[in-house]
Amino acid sequence: MTVNRSGTPLVELRDISISFGGIKAVDHVSVDLYPGEVVGLLGHNGAGKSTLIKCLSGAYKADSGQIRINGQEVEINNPRDARDLNIETIYQTLALADNLDAASNLFLGREIKRHGIVDDARMEAETRKIMGRLNPNFRKFNVPVSALSGGQRQSVAIARAVYFNARILIMDEPTAALGPHETQMVAELIQELKAQGLGIFLIEHDIHNVMKLCDRASVMKNGQLVGTVNVGEVTDDDILGMIILGKKPAHLAA
Amino acid sequence: MSQSGLAPQEISSRRSVIDTLELDVRLLGMLMAFAAVAVVFTIWTGGTFVGPRNVFNIAVQTVPVAIMACGMVFVIVARHIDLSVGSMLAMASAVMAMSQATWLPNLFGTEFGNPVVLGITILIGFAVGTGMGAITGWLVGYQRIPSFIVTLGGLFVWRNVNWFTTNGQSVSLTDPNLLMFGGTEGVLGATASWIFGLVASGFAVWGIFASRRNKQSHGFVVKPLWAEGVMAGLIVGAILFFVGWLSRYPIPEAKLKRLFEAKGEVMPEGYTAMHGVPISALILITVAVVMTVVARKTTFGRYIFAAGGNPDAAELSGINTRALTVKIFALMGFLCALAALIAQARLQSHGNDIGMLEELRVIAAAVIGGTALAGGVGTIYGAVLGALIMQSLQSGMAMVGVDTPFQNIVVGLVLIIAVWVDILYRKRLGLSK
Repeated sequence: MTVNRSGTPLVELRDISISFGGIKAVDHVSVDLYPGEVVGLLGHNGAGKSTLIKCLSGAYKADSGQIRINGQEVEINNPRDARDLNIETIYQTLALADNLDAASNLFLGREIKRHGIVDDARMEAETRKIMGRLNPNFRKFNVPVSALSGGQRQSVAIARAVYFNARILIMDEPTAALGPHETQMVAELIQELKAQGLGIFLIEHDIHNVMKLCDRASVMKNGQLVGTVNVGEVTDDDILGMIILGKKPAHLAA
Repeated sequence: MSQSGLAPQEISSRRSVIDTLELDVRLLGMLMAFAAVAVVFTIWTGGTFVGPRNVFNIAVQTVPVAIMACGMVFVIVARHIDLSVGSMLAMASAVMAMSQATWLPNLFGTEFGNPVVLGITILIGFAVGTGMGAITGWLVGYQRIPSFIVTLGGLFVWRNVNWFTTNGQSVSLTDPNLLMFGGTEGVLGATASWIFGLVASGFAVWGIFASRRNKQSHGFVVKPLWAEGVMAGLIVGAILFFVGWLSRYPIPEAKLKRLFEAKGEVMPEGYTAMHGVPISALILITVAVVMTVVARKTTFGRYIFAAGGNPDAAELSGINTRALTVKIFALMGFLCALAALIAQARLQSHGNDIGMLEELRVIAAAVIGGTALAGGVGTIYGAVLGALIMQSLQSGMAMVGVDTPFQNIVVGLVLIIAVWVDILYRKRLGLSK
């Protein structure tokens, strides 16, 4: 399946920089993302992938640079702004309130209300619906999410991201804590969302997942962008070389 | 709901009745502790402890601490603490006392006991309380100063601004309209109390079945009807017992005579009247019900629990946690002002030491009531029950002649034991946290 990159990109991050106490965590990085595309973000720990992506999800505010959505320049000051632009994020930490149940977490910040009162029954019903699609074995609707397994917690976080009609999805190592079966489920979900025309940024360490799931891969090192390659045109050794050496392979450098 | 933080799971089958009733096990524990206190002191005092008179007194004495404890639940659930509530109570009380006794009468030239003056006074008091809380909330939420520090500072500051407000003098308060809020002077009487009891029972039953209908409409499994019936019966029974008992506490004859004389009438021979539910208790019940609804059924409450469970998750979910912090502390300040109104009306004066060390009782009540200092877990009814248990213990010990220092020792030990038992219970359930 090829991605049509002739139109306007869904997301353009232009020349993004952010530093913390003098250390440049992200240094003039530009990446883009088209509808129906999965772009992998790779690099060592501390390369700046998560920091870059947090500028898009609203957790951080970039010191300089531009963010364009559908060609329009936007300002993302906090997670609310990102959500308003249909940008949804699945964080590595999952960002779940452990003391609340699945439905409360799924709708956190966007509760369904009736006469100004949160409608728990309706939210639970909606949660059952979407979980029936994502993880049919999920049964624990009335317990705090602290009582769930890693995979179940992950499915709550994913459900939260896909329930609200995201157009842009950011996934920060979505399979890091999962077993083989659940990893396969996430892979199928990514394919499904891609087919629906979502754009997905995927932060991923496992090079095989990158080769399997991503259309393009952007590699970062020490806060700088090493390069972006079409996954179909490179080998996994090429990408590993970019991650480790911090430069594009010779046959692509031209 | 999951706000108790303890959804019963993997509990052996002999607990099945508790499961079916969906009773909060921690609530059950508190109720049993409360019952144990009541039984011990009833036997020890030969029955006086549960007499209508003492039940009335305990109810009235519990109110200010219990009202503030409701706000403290929100503060602690959100992973903060407020050490300044006693001083905020004093400050609000000082402003209200001065407004009513000096400032407003001088400004308007009104007579003593003018109800408009009292009305404005109360509004000023509430504004001052809410304002003090909002300042705390701004320093904690927007300036990121730890709440422990801000409110420890507030404890000193407000206590002594209070001193300057009144020049260190006590202010005597005798406006009968004000004294209505205090307890003994402001009661519903037997008839109104019964009406209140029946209306409250009606609402409780309606609430239980409305929630059941809502669940059913989405096709969820609900408790068997008999279980709902038992719960409704227990709640209605408790309400009517409380109302009925207080309606058996007669107002002393001498006081009734005075009341008639004040109206320029003569008391008919053999006339009697009962206290019934004190207005201050009515205020507490209203606060507790409203705060419970806020905690469970509004986004404000939901966000407080989310922020306490995982502050980062709350922030990333788009919740404005800074503004949330301001609202939480402002609400705490408002409740301190409300408690101040009731406390000064009960004491019929404002003294410099009003509310002294009350912050510790308020925190203790919330903690005995199951609020976890780690945040994310706590209930309003637990805090009210916690305040009630502490007041009952003190009242009971005072009745049997235990010295004050020893009373405080017991209250301190109870606080530690309550938390200890809770930890042991969680360990057994495998819910270490």
